[in-house]
Amino acid sequence: MLKLEKRPSPSVMWSRATPVLAVALTMVAGGIMFAVLGKNPFEAIRTIFWDPLFGEFAFYLRGQLLVKAGPLILIAVGLSLGFRAGIWNIGAEGQYIMGAICGAALGLAVFPTENRLIFPAMVVAGALGGWAWAMIPAVLKTRFNTNEILVSLMLVYVAQTVLAMASTGFLRNPEGMGFPGSRNFSGYAAARNGFLWEGAGLHWGGVMALATVVAAYVLLQRHMLGFQIKLSGQAPRAARYAGVQPDRLVMLCMGVAGALAGMAGLFEVTGPAGQISIDFNSGYGFTAIIVAFLGRLNPVGILFAGLLMALTYIGGEMASTNLGLPSAAIQAFQGMLLFFLLACDLLTNFRIRLAKKGEAR
Amino acid sequence: MKRRHLLATAALGLSMAFGGAAMAQDKTKACFVYVGPIGDGGWTYQHHQGALDVQKAFGDKVEIAWQENVPEGADAERVLTQMALGGCNIIFTTSFGYMDATNAVAAKFPNVKFEHATGFKREHPNVSTYNARFYEGRAVQGTIAGRMTKSNKIGYIGSFPIPEVVMGINSYYLHAKKVNPNVELTVVWAFTWFDPAKEADAAKAMIEQGVDVIASHTDSTAPLAEAAKAGGKVIGFGQASDMSEYKPSPRVSSIIDNWGPYYVKRVGALMDGSYQQADAWEGIAGGEVLIGDITEAVPAEVKAEAEKLRDDIAAGTYHPFTGPIKKQDGSDWLAEGATAPDGDLLGMNFYVEGITGDIPK
Repeated sequence: MLKLEKRPSPSVMWSRATPVLAVALTMVAGGIMFAVLGKNPFEAIRTIFWDPLFGEFAFYLRGQLLVKAGPLILIAVGLSLGFRAGIWNIGAEGQYIMGAICGAALGLAVFPTENRLIFPAMVVAGALGGWAWAMIPAVLKTRFNTNEILVSLMLVYVAQTVLAMASTGFLRNPEGMGFPGSRNFSGYAAARNGFLWEGAGLHWGGVMALATVVAAYVLLQRHMLGFQIKLSGQAPRAARYAGVQPDRLVMLCMGVAGALAGMAGLFEVTGPAGQISIDFNSGYGFTAIIVAFLGRLNPVGILFAGLLMALTYIGGEMASTNLGLPSAAIQAFQGMLLFFLLACDLLTNFRIRLAKKGEAR
Repeated sequence: MKRRHLLATAALGLSMAFGGAAMAQDKTKACFVYVGPIGDGGWTYQHHQGALDVQKAFGDKVEIAWQENVPEGADAERVLTQMALGGCNIIFTTSFGYMDATNAVAAKFPNVKFEHATGFKREHPNVSTYNARFYEGRAVQGTIAGRMTKSNKIGYIGSFPIPEVVMGINSYYLHAKKVNPNVELTVVWAFTWFDPAKEADAAKAMIEQGVDVIASHTDSTAPLAEAAKAGGKVIGFGQASDMSEYKPSPRVSSIIDNWGPYYVKRVGALMDGSYQQADAWEGIAGGEVLIGDITEAVPAEVKAEAEKLRDDIAAGTYHPFTGPIKKQDGSDWLAEGATAPDGDLLGMNFYVEGITGDIPK
């Protein structure tokens, strides 16, 4: 019989190996699913993982990979700080929406002024919007001890309603013939977040994501605050004795995550999305939670996890169009990735042993 | 300016390279972008039936490809680019929210034809738009609703407050009022095209208020399922698909979107070289809007009345928006005998006189 035995301390080796193992298992299980659907599993896996990077249209798709991974990484790094400290901000999607609305509102308010300072000011407004939205669950938690998971999640739905109001009301394009949606920023040079060079796929959001990865890495490795964050997650009591103020940490972690999510929203609305519209948000805030865990809450890990997640999206789209796979199969494939990751995580904290017969329990 | 020029040149190069390749093949490739899953009914399902009609009509001469669940916004632009690069000759984008993405990608691929459903922007010679006059079907539903209601309270589940939906509400109300002057209309906005839970909630809330006829502008069968629970007291209509599983009651009739004739016509025109940019808006007469079987739950004389209205609209002897009609605020819209110009309908952002409540702004 197999028996699980708790490890005295989490295995570093397995913690590093599980993401790789999870990807491998996903390929196997996903391949079986594709085969059952009547498609060639090798072709499907190749279309998802290989073609976007090295296939015929890689020149275009590699750039798109960065477009898709940028916001995921930016949001996930922010979330990971809180997650490490045991602060569960599930509402990044709402903070992303509010950041986009605040930043876009500033840009639209000064339309059509052309000034170099407009875009940076919009980025700041976006960060503030996300920060302010994250402060609601943070303050409620520190003042009234509410549960930040519930409050931040519920605020996503409030943000979606505000988004609907914005796109049908106060930010609606006055030249849009009554249709919902704001002006398109692609036609407004001062506020446009274009690619740094043609076909790059890298816009300011991607640059900010990379900078954030570096900053978070330094913070966690070299800074007192990073130590406090890690300590609070691992040993909350010890943290208190070490002089960590839990309330301050909650405000800080929620604030940083909110500001980063807000910025991600602003970069998206002024860049790839182009405008505020009713369904502007496409789930980056939620997917980033998966990315954060897939990356082991480690900034460098998140960088790779974000790129991998983007790959499954873009490759999945290709598989869907070119091979006629239903999009539900692609979603199931992405779901498997998280499932196997969590399942394999068991090995980090437990080891599997053969139980001897008659052993006392 | 220089940068934009560079961009245009690069885009041109890109499309020359691939547009040329696409022209060389003898099969015509028609591609379809769907906003939801194909599923077994509803908006996307109906578009997919149209796509299958194209395959049936031309057999080996065409190849069709599609992508489900494409979010409106940044992702749409990538999917469209992938399709254009992948050799699609004509791309149908089947949701309003793809408008800007369709025009942006069309600029880069002048040799690929783009057809955008329900939009109004044709910024490039290779972009056409098409829609169906669903308000004609709403007139038939309104007549049935006005005759069938016992509580004199009828309901409408709105998706988004865009002209398309507002004109449906107005047409439904006007024709209910015509046959039953005491009728009152309740509108609930769901802010979604497809969300069974939200749609069910909307229907439930209306039923509790005494509404006994529910029309919906959202895609799922959830409102009919809620109506069925009311034990025969509440009726509704199939939307987009026939939803015949709820026959003979609560589903007493339906509006069926029938895109096949248009798709076959356009792909055929592309193949024989007679293709031209268009702004198509067909209705019951053109076969794009079908009125699903009116069931025995409706008295014969009401059925005859509704069918006569349908036939008059098809024959062109009756326009659902024929004056005198006043706006909600009491101001004049259409004079006695005047019919609504298409421009007024496409930008419709007001309720007609008698409807209570406001369009969300």
